Amino acid sequence: MSDATTTDIPVDLESKRLTVTRPDIRFDKQGELGDDERVQKAMQHFAKDFGYIAANYMEACVHCGACAQACPFYEANPDPKLTPIWKLEPFKQAYKREAGPLSFFYKTLNLKSKVTIEQLEEWQELLYDTCTMCGRCTLVCPMSIDIATLVGMARHGMFHAGLVPHELYTVTEKAEREGSPLGATPKVFADRVEWMEDEHEVDMPLDADKADVLVLMSSIEIQKYPESMAATGKILNQMGKSWTFHTEGYEATNFGMLSGNTQWQKDMTMKIISTAEKIGAELVILPECGHAYQALRWQGANMLGRPLPFKVQHISEFLAEAVESGAIRVNKVDKSVAFHDPCQVSRRGGATPAPRKILEALGVELREPESTGNLNFCCGGGGGVITIHRADSLRYKIMGNKLEQLDATGAEMMVTSCSNCRQNFDDSGEKLHWDKQMNSLLELVAENLVEDTKS
Amino acid sequence: MTLLDFARGPAMQFAIFIFVFGIVFRLVGVWAMRHKRDLSEPRQPSAWKGGIHGLIQHAWPYKPFRDKLMTDYVIGYVIHLGLLFVIFFYKPHILFFQDIFGFGWPALPNGVITAISIITIGALVIALVKRLTDPVRRLISNFDDYFTWFVTTLPFVTGLATAGNVWWHYETGLAIHLLSVWLLLIYFPFGKLMHAFWFGVSRYTTGSRFARRGGMA
Repeated sequence: MSDATTTDIPVDLESKRLTVTRPDIRFDKQGELGDDERVQKAMQHFAKDFGYIAANYMEACVHCGACAQACPFYEANPDPKLTPIWKLEPFKQAYKREAGPLSFFYKTLNLKSKVTIEQLEEWQELLYDTCTMCGRCTLVCPMSIDIATLVGMARHGMFHAGLVPHELYTVTEKAEREGSPLGATPKVFADRVEWMEDEHEVDMPLDADKADVLVLMSSIEIQKYPESMAATGKILNQMGKSWTFHTEGYEATNFGMLSGNTQWQKDMTMKIISTAEKIGAELVILPECGHAYQALRWQGANMLGRPLPFKVQHISEFLAEAVESGAIRVNKVDKSVAFHDPCQVSRRGGATPAPRKILEALGVELREPESTGNLNFCCGGGGGVITIHRADSLRYKIMGNKLEQLDATGAEMMVTSCSNCRQNFDDSGEKLHWDKQMNSLLELVAENLVEDTKS
Repeated sequence: MTLLDFARGPAMQFAIFIFVFGIVFRLVGVWAMRHKRDLSEPRQPSAWKGGIHGLIQHAWPYKPFRDKLMTDYVIGYVIHLGLLFVIFFYKPHILFFQDIFGFGWPALPNGVITAISIITIGALVIALVKRLTDPVRRLISNFDDYFTWFVTTLPFVTGLATAGNVWWHYETGLAIHLLSVWLLLIYFPFGKLMHAFWFGVSRYTTGSRFARRGGMA
């Protein structure tokens, strides 16, 4: 199917989850490439990722299958195909045949056959629909193989072969073209900032020439949870920070990274970096978004090719520092709370202690679910999975398991620090008739902020 | 030249050459691949400490996974420790190493080694049955998995037969045992037996990468 067709599909702004309006019409092949060319493209881009790290992981697997036991998708549907390492089979096959130290033998004696178009088509579902790159499989792997990173790499080849699930491709292409996967163009963003300023009577600087802090938002927040903008503004104003939103660099989500287009990932990251450099920001605050944290905090400098000239913090890290240093004070919240750790911020991001410090300052009774913190059980919506309708039934099953864990804590209030997780809880919660709601940690802090009249 | 002469002479030399050269070739081959420097600002210095921690941490499953994986870990440890004790603490093996290195070390009693060998073969059989019957393992297994099992189990079986003197001709039996070990050594660099090295490389890599970030792997 052509690119033109896929980009014509409008995104769905009404539903609780980020996706397209016509999931029934599938365009899971992009571009007009022939089958051989698709395979060739996939191989070229797989090869780009065959560096030392990927190689030693692919050499190390002993086929023990333990990774299945940690995967939320396998737990929801124990089909052997969903075993995490199996999701990488064509990537591994290409490595062994084309790039590994023994590739000469594998190729000459045809011990590993060539990757075929049929394989790649079959693996689209395994690499995109059934992996959020939550990294729980690495915890359980006796070889400590970082399968999530390898899945991210394998997606590069899939993207360039034109084999991305059409909803994910559509929102990604839209993000590259318009600056947002959800239609939050610079103009829409500016309008919504103005709306929230009026609605909440909070000053929110936009496009300041100079500021110490550049604040980013995710399109999910801009379009679905705009109160996040006001909450952030309220807190930063209270702290007396020199900060701004900026229409040239405001969108933190990076669907280039999720779908597997490195150039688009770089384009999206560079908008932020250039804006931060332009206004002389010392700090870039990332919103409540898991993969945005990966994209800028851990991959941003690698996209730029040099260390970032500013500090990057997830909003939960920024707030934890603020409450710890006394820069803000918060009222006590007399409730029991269960916290859902976003995988990309906690286990794979390292900011696990931050939300706990904030919740402690809020004086809540924290009730940790059975598998929590770095061992957190994924909600099933990350990595672009939430956009893909084919993945819905499995995503709802995973959420069913997640809700059981959260409900078992008996907590009165559920809180997280990722708007993508939050929209998954909203969408799946409605489907599963959950009697609770997932709340934003940022908004909880803003609601309970002790406002000092001095500022 | 008898079969035993062949096993003790050219076959052994060839096997050791392939074993050593093959291991070096494969390790260096991977090491020589492109290294990308991570330019992100580390959360904490001394990532190498995390690498060392990773080496140890993954030797035993984290608590939430213990129920599901305990049997597999126990079987794995029985096989690995069985290999260790039988290879390095059986008197005739120590004499063999003494010839090469010029020094020896105390041996375990023969009866203990026999018992360990039988237990190890039992664990290897259980591992194979699990590989064949567990749908996940059956799907992800390939020739390497089964051939590795074969070349690992064979020296135990031939060794037990030699120690128990059940061959029709002792010297031929000993030669067969030696040849089965050389087969293991020759195959070693080509298949997953290399995990004897990769486990360290992979665990260290992940441990140090995640020490930069915080989080857990």
